[in-house]
Amino acid sequence: MSAAADTLPDTPYAIEVEGLSKSFGDRVVVRDLTMRVKKGQIYGFLGPNGSGKTTTIRMLCGLLTPDSGRGTCLGMNILTEARAIRRHVGYMTQRFSLYADLSVRENLEFVARVYGVPDPVGAARAAVERLGLAGRDKQLAGSLSGGWKQRLALGACILPSPDLLLLDEPTAGVDPKARREFWAQIHELAADGLTVLVSTHYMDEAERCHEIAYIAYGELLAQGTVKEVVAGAGLFTWSVAGGDPAPLARELAALPGIDMVAPFGASVHVGGHDAAALEAAIAPFRARPGLVWRRDEPTLEDVFIDLMNRSKDNFR
Amino acid sequence: MSGAVGGFLRRVGAMMRKEFLQLLRDRVSFATMISIPLLQLVLFGYAINTTPRHLPTAVLAYEDTSLTRSILAAIENTKYFAVVSHPRSAAEADHQMLAGEVSFIVEIPAGFERAVRRGESPSMLVAADATDPVASGSAVAALQALVETAVKRERFAVEGGPEGSGLESAPPAFQIITHARYNPAAVTQLNIVPGLLGTILTMTMLIFTALSVTREIERGTMETLLAMPIRPVEVMLGKIAPYVLVGAGQALLIVGAGLYLFDVPMIGSPGLLTLLTVLFILANLSIGYTFSTLAQNQLQAVQMTFMYFLPNILLSGFMFPFAGMPLWAQWLAETMPLTHYLRMVRGIMLKGAASVDLAQDIMALGAIMLVAMFIAVRRFRQTLD
Repeated sequence: MSAAADTLPDTPYAIEVEGLSKSFGDRVVVRDLTMRVKKGQIYGFLGPNGSGKTTTIRMLCGLLTPDSGRGTCLGMNILTEARAIRRHVGYMTQRFSLYADLSVRENLEFVARVYGVPDPVGAARAAVERLGLAGRDKQLAGSLSGGWKQRLALGACILPSPDLLLLDEPTAGVDPKARREFWAQIHELAADGLTVLVSTHYMDEAERCHEIAYIAYGELLAQGTVKEVVAGAGLFTWSVAGGDPAPLARELAALPGIDMVAPFGASVHVGGHDAAALEAAIAPFRARPGLVWRRDEPTLEDVFIDLMNRSKDNFR
Repeated sequence: MSGAVGGFLRRVGAMMRKEFLQLLRDRVSFATMISIPLLQLVLFGYAINTTPRHLPTAVLAYEDTSLTRSILAAIENTKYFAVVSHPRSAAEADHQMLAGEVSFIVEIPAGFERAVRRGESPSMLVAADATDPVASGSAVAALQALVETAVKRERFAVEGGPEGSGLESAPPAFQIITHARYNPAAVTQLNIVPGLLGTILTMTMLIFTALSVTREIERGTMETLLAMPIRPVEVMLGKIAPYVLVGAGQALLIVGAGLYLFDVPMIGSPGLLTLLTVLFILANLSIGYTFSTLAQNQLQAVQMTFMYFLPNILLSGFMFPFAGMPLWAQWLAETMPLTHYLRMVRGIMLKGAASVDLAQDIMALGAIMLVAMFIAVRRFRQTLD
C-alpha cells in the first residue's frame, strides 16, 4: 500500500463504539456495549470466562458483525470499513494461530508480505532479532514453547506497524517472567504511540493498564482508571485476621449488610455497600477475642468479585 | 491503478508461497501425490488387462464332426477361449454361465457340417457373459476371424479344390451369431491410460484443495488470516496455484508412462493437451476449494470429495460407455469436468483432435471452473459469524 493511504482520520479515540450487541442463536453474548479508548493508551479488558471479551474484540476488528450498534476503530466505521481497519490493526488471538508447520521466519515473512511491508525478508529478519529468536528462526513455530509462541505472535502482530493492537488474553498460560517481559514491551509500544487493548484475567495485569473496563455476562459494568473503578464501586471493606478463616467466612457471608466475603490467606476480606450496615454486621465479631479487625481499602479484585455477584443477581 | 494490481499480486504471491512451503513440509501428503499416480498406473496398466485370455468356455456341440473339431481347435487357438466344459444340455450350459463358471457358451447345432457342405451357411451361436463387457468384448471380436480360419482349412477337405477364385465373394460357409448376454455394451482398450490421467487428477486435486480451507479453520489459523487485509479471491488463488504445478507434474508422469510403458499413441498436439490439462486441473481445484468452504471440518471435506468423485468415475465414460447411459445421466455427466476431459484426452491422444473439434468441451470445462470459483469466493466467509 502506498504511504498516502496510511493517513488515518484524526480522532482523539482509537476505539469509540456505542450500543454494540451480538447474540449467537438466542444467547446474548454482548449487550449494548459502549466504550471509548483514548489513543496511546493501554486499555485493560477484564471479565470472567464467557463474558463477551473475545466477541467484543472480534467485532472491533471486523471478524464478527454486530447485530446492532455502531462505532469506529481508528476513526473508521467498523461496519463498513472492516478491510481498511484490518490494515492498521494487529490482532493477537487467544489461541496461537500462526502456522505451526512454518518456521518462525517463514511465518513472519508471510505476514510481512500480506501486509505489504517493504522488504519482507529484511523486515522478518529484523523482527527475529528484536524478538530474541535469532538462533531459532528456522525452527517450526509449532515446536516453540508457550512463552516463545506468545512472543512470536506479538512479533507478528506488530511487524506491519499497526496503530492499534487487540490482544486477546495474550498471557494466558505464560510464566511470570515472560509475562513481565511481555508487559514491559507493551508499555514500550504504548510509549511509541500505539494504542493497546488487552483482555486478561489477571488483576496484577489490570493494574498495569492506563484504563480498564470490566465486562460480565455481556455487559460493561465499570470503566475508567483503576482508582476510578475502585472508587466508583462504593465498596467499604474490612479485613479480619486471627481466626480460622474458612468457618469465619461462612459465618460472615450469611449476615445482612455484608455483600462480599473472600478468604485471603490467613485473613478474611469483608465488604459491603452500606458502611453503617457493614459495621453493624461485624460489630458482634469485633468483640470476639483473638480476632484483629482492620478497616482497609478495597482491592480491584474485591470490586470485580462484587461486580460479578451483583451482575449475576441482575441478569441471571 | 497499478498499486491495487500490485497489492493483489503481492498478496496472492504471499499466500502461494506459504501454501507451497506447507506442502513441501507435509512429507506424507507430498509422497502421496507422487505415489498415487505411480501406484494406479502400475495397478491399472499392468494388473488390469482389458483383453484377458483363456476365458472359460462351455461347448454345447450337438454333433462331433471334423468341421466342429476344427472350429473348436480354432477357437482355442485364439487364446481368448479355454474350453473347460462340455455340458449335455442348453439348461446345463445356462446354469454354468449363471454360476459364473463359464464366460462363453459355444453352441453348434445338429447337422451343422452337412449344412455347411450344402452351402446353406448355417449359424453357430456364441453366447457371451457380458456383465463385464471389457472382458468379453475383445474375445467376441476375435471370433469373427474364426470363420475364415476354420473354413479355409475345411474347404480343402470338403471340396478338394485349391483356394481360389470366387471364394471371397461367396457367402461365408457358416455364420457366428454372438449374443452378449446381460449387458449389450463394449468398451475400447486404449481408454485406460487417458482415463487414468483424468481420474487421478480429479482425485488428488479435489482432496488437496478440499482440505485447504477446513484445515485452516481446524487449526485456528483462519482467525489470523481473516484479520489480515487479504481478500477471499486472493486466498483462493494463492491456495490453488501451487497445486496447478503438482497436477501438471502428475499429468507428465502419467502421460510419460502411458507413452513409454503402454505404447499409447500421441496423435494430436501435446501443447494442446498440456493447455487443456491445466484447465482441467483448475476446474477440479476450484470444485475442491468450494467443498472446502462448505465443509465444517476436514472429515466432512473428504466425505464430500468422495461423494463427488464416485459419480465422476462412474458416469464420465471412464468405466462405462457414455453413450449407453440414459439421457438424464448423460446430462448429469456433462456437469462433471472428468466427462469433458476424457473426451479431450482421448480425442487428442488417440484420434488427433484439434481445439476446434473440442470447442464444446473446452467451453463447458471453462464454465464449470468459473461457476465453482464464483461459489467458492461467495461462500468464503470473511467473518467468523
